[in-house]
Amino acid sequence: MSQQAHHADEHRDDEASKIGMWLFIFTELFLFTGLFIVYAIYRHMHPVAFHLSAHELSVPIGTLNTVILLVSSMTVAMATSAIRKGQRLQTLLLLSVTVLLAMAFMVNKYFEWGAKFEHGLYPGSAILHERGFGDTMFFGLYFFMTGLHALHIIAGVTLILVVFAKVYRNKLTSENPVLLDNAGLYWHLVDLIWIFLFPLFYLIT
Amino acid sequence: MSGETHTIVSNKTYILVLLFLLTMTGISVAATQIQLDSLTIFVALFLASVKSFVVLTYFMHLKFDSLFIKLMVASMFIIITLVMILMFIDYDFR
Repeated sequence: MSQQAHHADEHRDDEASKIGMWLFIFTELFLFTGLFIVYAIYRHMHPVAFHLSAHELSVPIGTLNTVILLVSSMTVAMATSAIRKGQRLQTLLLLSVTVLLAMAFMVNKYFEWGAKFEHGLYPGSAILHERGFGDTMFFGLYFFMTGLHALHIIAGVTLILVVFAKVYRNKLTSENPVLLDNAGLYWHLVDLIWIFLFPLFYLIT
Repeated sequence: MSGETHTIVSNKTYILVLLFLLTMTGISVAATQIQLDSLTIFVALFLASVKSFVVLTYFMHLKFDSLFIKLMVASMFIIITLVMILMFIDYDFR
């Protein structure tokens, strides 16, 4: 794509690239909407178990991760402005900060999951089996949905690193910033999903 | 070149948007720590929706995008919101 920059420029359609990215984002939203509905139904069926289980999640860690994702969303948004102003170094810096924040999120997630595993709370564990179906469903959905979200973080970081490399090698400049825009859109999607995951699992008890 | 019509959002705007989002997060954490029973779900989801709207408008640049993209995203969210609202009304009144 970028190897033949001159030819690609003439036939480029940034608007279409953006629409394509949005269409992909819709499929992701539908995926998570389905899971939110599953969550709602099981919450309705097992209100007490969900209430007690939600109390076992750490609100401070959840809040910290929310703050981390919101800040990282801002830095990637700032990068889309910086590249247009031709500020290459600032773009690289903002993208690095975004990746570092994403890693901080994953480290928190690692400790959070690790603590749950230590308490014997993981899919298929004997303790959850004893506590009954409601608890099993809560933690099953917790691990599945936050896990799927974490996979999206990894995908987002990969995409941002690709953009970083392109900016670094001057393949992506103020002339063709649409890949950075789309990587940004994907990263905001990850943020958007977390905005709903956080209250549903941590706050509503 | 469609890139020329792109509005460059200032860093100041982004910082203000972030501050707003952080405030909303603080409010939703505080509000859900008080026991409001079934209202808790409504409050938490309402605040989450406001936050998503701001993320979509500013961070995802929809405010400055073409009408086509705006309408496309809006209709998608109307479908998703309708499904969600119907689910949670069902949860509250069943």
